[in-house]
Amino acid sequence: MSSMKNQLYIFILIVGLLLIALLNLSLGSVYIHFSEVISILLGNTSENSSWEYIILHFRLPKTITAILVGAGLSVCGLLMQTLFRNPLAGPYVLGLSSGASLGVALLILGGSLFSGVLASFVFSKWAIVFAAAFGSVLVMMAVMATAIKIKDTMALLIIGLMFASLTGAVVSILAYFSPASNLQQYIFWSFGSLGNLSWNEVGILSLVSLLGMLLSLYCLKNMNALLLGEDYAKSLGVPIQKNRNIIIIATGLMAGSITAFAGPIAFIGLAVPHLIRQIVKTSNHFVLFPAVIFGGAIIMLICDSISQLPGSDLTLPINAVTSIFGAPIVIWLLLQKKKMLF
Amino acid sequence: METNNIIETNLLSIGYQHTNTVAEAISIQIKKAKLVAIIGVNGSGKSTLLKTLSGIQPALSGNFFLNGKAFQNYNNQSLASLISLVLTQQNFSKNLSVLEFISLGRHPYTNWLGITSRADKKIIARAIQQVGIENLKGKKCDELSDGQLQKVMIARALAQNTPVILMDEPTSHLDMYHKAQVLHLLKNITQETQKSIVFATHEINLALQLCDQIILIHQGKVVQGSPSELIQQKVLLDLFPKDLIVFDEISKSFRMSNKKKHSD
Repeated sequence: MSSMKNQLYIFILIVGLLLIALLNLSLGSVYIHFSEVISILLGNTSENSSWEYIILHFRLPKTITAILVGAGLSVCGLLMQTLFRNPLAGPYVLGLSSGASLGVALLILGGSLFSGVLASFVFSKWAIVFAAAFGSVLVMMAVMATAIKIKDTMALLIIGLMFASLTGAVVSILAYFSPASNLQQYIFWSFGSLGNLSWNEVGILSLVSLLGMLLSLYCLKNMNALLLGEDYAKSLGVPIQKNRNIIIIATGLMAGSITAFAGPIAFIGLAVPHLIRQIVKTSNHFVLFPAVIFGGAIIMLICDSISQLPGSDLTLPINAVTSIFGAPIVIWLLLQKKKMLF
Repeated sequence: METNNIIETNLLSIGYQHTNTVAEAISIQIKKAKLVAIIGVNGSGKSTLLKTLSGIQPALSGNFFLNGKAFQNYNNQSLASLISLVLTQQNFSKNLSVLEFISLGRHPYTNWLGITSRADKKIIARAIQQVGIENLKGKKCDELSDGQLQKVMIARALAQNTPVILMDEPTSHLDMYHKAQVLHLLKNITQETQKSIVFATHEINLALQLCDQIILIHQGKVVQGSPSELIQQKVLLDLFPKDLIVFDEISKSFRMSNKKKHSD
């Protein structure tokens, strides 16, 4: 009976995602009517060919990016909250995004040292993804290593903060010695942006996200056992170390590639699993996983729609919008501590 | 090794690294369907022995046989269908419902999606019924009292359906009535399900009345026997310093010493 209810919730989330995705596609500085958007999506040629171009080559990749980013970061948050047994864990708070930033900074800012053939590799999108994922995995391993020693919830968050300021310091040193053009490239990246991705890049992001999702899916049963704590999980036959490694790689890949393409995006990973837990009353990861994917995508699309300030020509940095909405949610969750369950 | 002992150790040493041996030369045998208490003073190594038997903590030396087979020949997966645990730590997710919590006991037997089959559901329902917590099924773990939580954890171990259940202080945090209730429950479980339950406890008086076997850890030495054997061997007499608590052989229980404490 409760599983019927959960299926209903997930169905509602899927329908909601489709509707909000359509709404997101019809918003933008150029007004295109809702029915026109649908007709273009269905493959009909529009009388206005520039509309067609806007929808298919600008808005659609952006909408898909928003879905991938929202879903990916939320899954990272869910997995990390269970793995660290900590309701405040998430890819941004624990410094995964900072790790990715450091990787990208080393590449973009340090890349000016290279030239010729090497430079063309250094500035390719694959290299940025690789650098960001590498940075994320490194931070995740470091945080995990400290988490095994220190079981304190708050200490873990402070360690995450320290990683963030440490990487921030390295980045500013790099920035000081970098040419202006590279610096500008890095600063625009760090604002966060869902747009500016070509279909090619959306493809790379989808591929890496899919890989991360499949790895997570493989671990979901063991994540359920981990809800009991590591000793119980071990007594139920869970290979703790192997499971932990797979989660580290999966979250590193997802958080890293998302940060590489969309910049460091705050709070989505932390807040979405908690919002979903308020609706879906279960800890079962096989229910939470799909719910968090669709819920995260919906919230990211809403944030993106807001960032375009409908009715104006301005666009806000996406990171500012997620922070303005995410931070109060986290404070609200902290205030009613009883609800802060992982 | 042909044996009807589910657990058998031979000159086992337990502890943390070779420099810090907690107890040595442990040779115990535990038969099927027995309720066995591990007793001893604080810090005597009850939990260490349990951790060693469960595989959380490796033994320092000696032999340990489970179901007639050397313990080191088992892996995590195969152990999961032989030994289940009830621990004192409660750092599990309180967001789990009671039913979800108990269902996780079926984890070693379910497919990769973790879906409980009809047979699994039957075993879960029987575990819930044996412990008598049908009314708690729909609740979340953060809504339960300590006594209820203890029963839920016992039901989870029952759902795992292993011939051995190891418990660390299953009666701590409980009042006198609930302590007796939980121990009676354990006794019934061993008789009804033919499982052996080995538990560490400070409730020596209750253990002496109820358990089939007692494992006494005292100053690094381990003695095993039935309650009456232990009383006959007079090993309980100097378990505690006699200024406050003495063993009364007539009532077969520990009680406050009548002697006033010497001023020193």
